[in-house]
Amino acid sequence: MKPAVLTGEHFLTGDVACAEGALAAGCRFFGGYPITPATEIAEHLSERLPDVDGIYIQMEDEIAALASVIGASWGGVKSMTATSGPGFSLMVENIGLGIITETPCVIVNVQRVGPSTGLPTQGAQGDMMQARWGSHGDYEIIALAPASPQEIFYQTIMAFNLSETYRTPVLIMTDEIIGHMSEKVIIPDAKTIKTLSRPKPKGKKNRFRLYEPGRNGVAPMAAAGEGYNIHVTGLTHDEKGYPVMTVEAQENMQKNLSEKIQKNLDDIIHTESYLLDDAEVVVISYGVSSRTSFSAVDEARKLGIKAGFLRLITVWPFCENKIKSLAKRMKGLVTVEINQGQIHREVERCAKGMTKTVLVGHAGGTIIPPERVIGALKGLL
Amino acid sequence: MDFWRVPLDAEEVVTTKGIICILEERCKGCGYCIELCPRDFLEFSSGFNKKGYHPPVVKNMGSCVNCHYCEIICPEFAIYSIEAPE
Amino acid sequence: MGSKENRSRQIVHPLDHMLRTDRLPHIWCQGCGIGTVLSSCLTAIKASGLDFKNVVMVSGIGCSGRAAGYVNFDSFHTTHGRAIPFATGLKLSNDNLNVIVFSGDGDLFAIGGNHFIHAARRNIDITVICVNNFNYGMTGGQAAATTPYMAKSTTTPYGNPETPFNLPLIAFAARAAYVARWTMLHTRELTDSIKEAIAKKGFSFVEVLSPCPVNYGRRNKEKPFDTLKIYRENTIIKNEANPADVDIDYHDNIVLGNFVDTDRPSFMDNYKAIYNSE
Repeated sequence: MKPAVLTGEHFLTGDVACAEGALAAGCRFFGGYPITPATEIAEHLSERLPDVDGIYIQMEDEIAALASVIGASWGGVKSMTATSGPGFSLMVENIGLGIITETPCVIVNVQRVGPSTGLPTQGAQGDMMQARWGSHGDYEIIALAPASPQEIFYQTIMAFNLSETYRTPVLIMTDEIIGHMSEKVIIPDAKTIKTLSRPKPKGKKNRFRLYEPGRNGVAPMAAAGEGYNIHVTGLTHDEKGYPVMTVEAQENMQKNLSEKIQKNLDDIIHTESYLLDDAEVVVISYGVSSRTSFSAVDEARKLGIKAGFLRLITVWPFCENKIKSLAKRMKGLVTVEINQGQIHREVERCAKGMTKTVLVGHAGGTIIPPERVIGALKGLL
Repeated sequence: MDFWRVPLDAEEVVTTKGIICILEERCKGCGYCIELCPRDFLEFSSGFNKKGYHPPVVKNMGSCVNCHYCEIICPEFAIYSIEAPE
Repeated sequence: MGSKENRSRQIVHPLDHMLRTDRLPHIWCQGCGIGTVLSSCLTAIKASGLDFKNVVMVSGIGCSGRAAGYVNFDSFHTTHGRAIPFATGLKLSNDNLNVIVFSGDGDLFAIGGNHFIHAARRNIDITVICVNNFNYGMTGGQAAATTPYMAKSTTTPYGNPETPFNLPLIAFAARAAYVARWTMLHTRELTDSIKEAIAKKGFSFVEVLSPCPVNYGRRNKEKPFDTLKIYRENTIIKNEANPADVDIDYHDNIVLGNFVDTDRPSFMDNYKAIYNSE
């Protein structure tokens, strides 16, 4: 029986690193469905979860997969599922259920070329807007974008910690290129890995309010079987969890759901700044396109261009303030992403016309070569 | 009851008697308890509850046998019977 | 008004401790049978002696789905058709829970049909109670997968061209461990059946026919008492009948009973046997 944390040096694919990260984070339930290129996460966890007394179940479709994950989370267990574009499209209704019921869970989207069946075995970053707005209605969501197998290991742990702290579904928006590449992954000692769990109720059971925000804006969560007689519904509800069909109830519930994330942006938004201090033009990117961006910025510097790179680790919520402050002092911003311009729209919106904004995009299927980015940087000067 | 042959313990056997308890505000006047009572014990009241429905009232005092059928058929959890004290 | 009996004592319905009484009266229509089915279900749970702390009710969307909001247990009102996979995740994450899925024919067998057959196939240890009122009641009375041939509904105004499912046959074909059908009029048999279904290890299914006076009943010239009359006079109890022979046919008798009661290992039994012995 192997332990949950396989401390040591490994050579792993992104998918397997993600699975190991989940185990290290305390994930003990995976409801899955096979889809290229995320299948390996399911396969690896089907093998490893019994080692740690966890459960793997292969559901009949992605809708059932996410429904089972949300159910297991209410049973008190950290739960995850993994899919790609077509499966993610099926899951969006239940993401809405996870949001309104404030259920901690992690959903991995190993993006592939779309729309529809697209190119199943090739990577893209075309689901970023869907990650934000895929489900109906207004809501906030947290989405991370790892750029390597090593990073996906750590970001899966971070995803679980964020989902438990903020009682929300968290998305890991990776892609086929990262998912299928093999790189060195160092898994540290279990003692150094910090795992967080959902806030637990305090006080009398009959006074417990499943949706009454605590000090950081998050309500404590009781699981089924703990004697709190909780009621959880997808209908608009009050702080007891009872469905209430009034405008006031909807406004109050939306306020709580939104403030939960908006008031904690400092904890949730993570970015990496590379050579920004003296930069004149900045590349904005995330996920696999970060690799393109680092190369491009280094090359540009050699050519005498004062380029810098803002890497988004958290893509949603979007780092609006950072973009605004960059837009004020930079000669231009270049968004690099393997899609026709999704995060680019956010950059444009936040720049508010204060600087030039350029997209280096692609229809999907391959990593963007750094030369295109260098060309765009040159064009700004 | 009329018997062709009277059972030997006819004097000792006592049919239970029941008392009906009605939560009038829950009643929706569907009439199931009234129609299905085997002893024809209930009828619609002339008055009505807050929602405008006519809850049941006792028609034939003393004929309830505590069979609980009104209790288990009522969709509104609005009526139940208990055994009458001696 | 009111009998003198109810003025002088504390009126507490025997099932009040299992209900969220602050939310009563419930939303179901006058004459709707869902309340009766819920009442039988709660009586069965009470009689089974289970610790209420471990009883969980999961429901879907629809009139029957609202039941979860009225019970005083941990209860979950999920998305349309997805009560069963949600219940699967819940049960697998905590095997001590007694999970009861309470939902309607549209929710469980149309949009939720695929999830039903797979949970039955896997023999997940849950109990599914399907209130069958032959239409989609909550949305106004549209035809469902259980609407009889030629019946009227808002989407079949000239008669239903489709033939309905035989729900016990689907459950049997998917290898459910326990399959029964009753009506809300047969309250005592229903309560006993639900009690058996809850105690049964494995996937248990109980179909309950129920009147929908405002929608299905009204459009098919069935006043509530007409429906109850059908339940009383046009039904026949045949325990252990072959599920293939229990299609609902109004020209013939509707067959009720406890049809299937088998034992086979549940999903968790098999999973533990294979994976925990590694």
